[in-house]
Amino acid sequence: MKAMLIAFATCIVIAVIADIGLNRLGFSSSEQQSSPETVRLD
Amino acid sequence: MLRALLLMLALAVPAVAQEAAAPSTAPDAPTGGLTDPLVIDRSATGGAPTLEDILARQEALRIDDSARRADVTGGPAPEVGGELGARGGASDPHLWRGIRFDDTDATSANRGPAATTLIQDGGMVWLQFRNGPLKLWSAWFLGGTILALALFYLVRGRIRLHGAPTGRTVTRFKAVERFGHWLLAGSFLALAVTGLLVLFGRIAIIPLLGHEAFAPIAVASKWIHNNVSWAFMLALVLIFVMWVVHNIPRLEDLRWLLRGGGLFGGGHVPARKFNAGQKLIFWSVILGGVILSVTGVSLLFPFQLPMYAGLFDIVNATGLPQATGYGPLPVTLSPQEDMQLAQIIHAVVAIGLIAVALAHMYIGSVGMEGAYAAMGDGEVEERWAMEHHSIWAEEAIADRDRRRGAPDGTPAE
Repeated sequence: MKAMLIAFATCIVIAVIADIGLNRLGFSSSEQQSSPETVRLD
Repeated sequence: MLRALLLMLALAVPAVAQEAAAPSTAPDAPTGGLTDPLVIDRSATGGAPTLEDILARQEALRIDDSARRADVTGGPAPEVGGELGARGGASDPHLWRGIRFDDTDATSANRGPAATTLIQDGGMVWLQFRNGPLKLWSAWFLGGTILALALFYLVRGRIRLHGAPTGRTVTRFKAVERFGHWLLAGSFLALAVTGLLVLFGRIAIIPLLGHEAFAPIAVASKWIHNNVSWAFMLALVLIFVMWVVHNIPRLEDLRWLLRGGGLFGGGHVPARKFNAGQKLIFWSVILGGVILSVTGVSLLFPFQLPMYAGLFDIVNATGLPQATGYGPLPVTLSPQEDMQLAQIIHAVVAIGLIAVALAHMYIGSVGMEGAYAAMGDGEVEERWAMEHHSIWAEEAIADRDRRRGAPDGTPAE
């Protein structure tokens, strides 16, 4: 039972770390689909 | 009466004749199926779509469009000049044909790899398959699995211990094994539920709870599915490393399978730590899990990991698709097609694995007395171990007794 609860908690921790980590690394969908060149200044 | 019969006969003759005169379709004529597009003669219209084209499209038949893709006036379609503005949008058949068949060097302010594919044919095939057969077959398959398990329970009942419990236990799974198992099980359940919500939400949740309720459910499902996937992949590696040695197929597995694991005969078939049924589940999970992970990662990073064009090239080289009559698989795929293939493969394998997991959960809980303890606290009743995994049990009991001293109290030598 303890192993199961620890595993479920680990699952949540990994998910949160993955979300924060991927966003920090610039892998968010919005960042992947855009670039500074997108905005036309002239 | 006789007059009526004669009248009927007179009316029936032309009908029969008309039926007999109906043109018979040659056995090898194109049918307009997915792999067998209709070839339409457009010589009368100079290559432009004909009435036959329009009628076939209304029937949702697939048409061989190779002639339309080709430049009917000769030469390739010119590049789209600059951005699609007032000039670029001029009525130019080359330009529009290029856009229609994704055969032009369009530029776009959006920097996504797939942003310049303005019309994508394969998208409709994917959408129709996802919203049609995929949902229908998945629902039937999963519903059928649940029904089969319920029927099995009604017919066979709970598999109980045959002998009296000994009161002694033996360690079946260590804490780290149970942790790995529950990490895999927990993440898989979260992924399965959220995946099913994404697939069936529109037809199952929206009519039930409404759009407003489904919107946050869909957003949460996406977040969970995207991020819990890493826990699943980690657990898959853990499980593989810990249990692969115990899951190598052996000759005795054949005997176990031939006797159906003793499910109906009543007798027990000798088995090691994992019996043949569990080995089948293990390899299904590993193989299915790897496919889910690969397709899932390619979906997590859209358009970054195209793989099917290369894979199809290798498969075509084996001659297998050609031998089955489907012809070579396409080796030029738009970025979206690659993602759509990943999604279909991901969903089909996931549905199969959910069915396997349902059967596994059944036998590990209500289906068999004493089975849950193996993953609960890791200790199983000695009688249970002897009845279901006799070869492993003898070794495990001997090992336990060696560690603790003999059960009758005499110290181990």
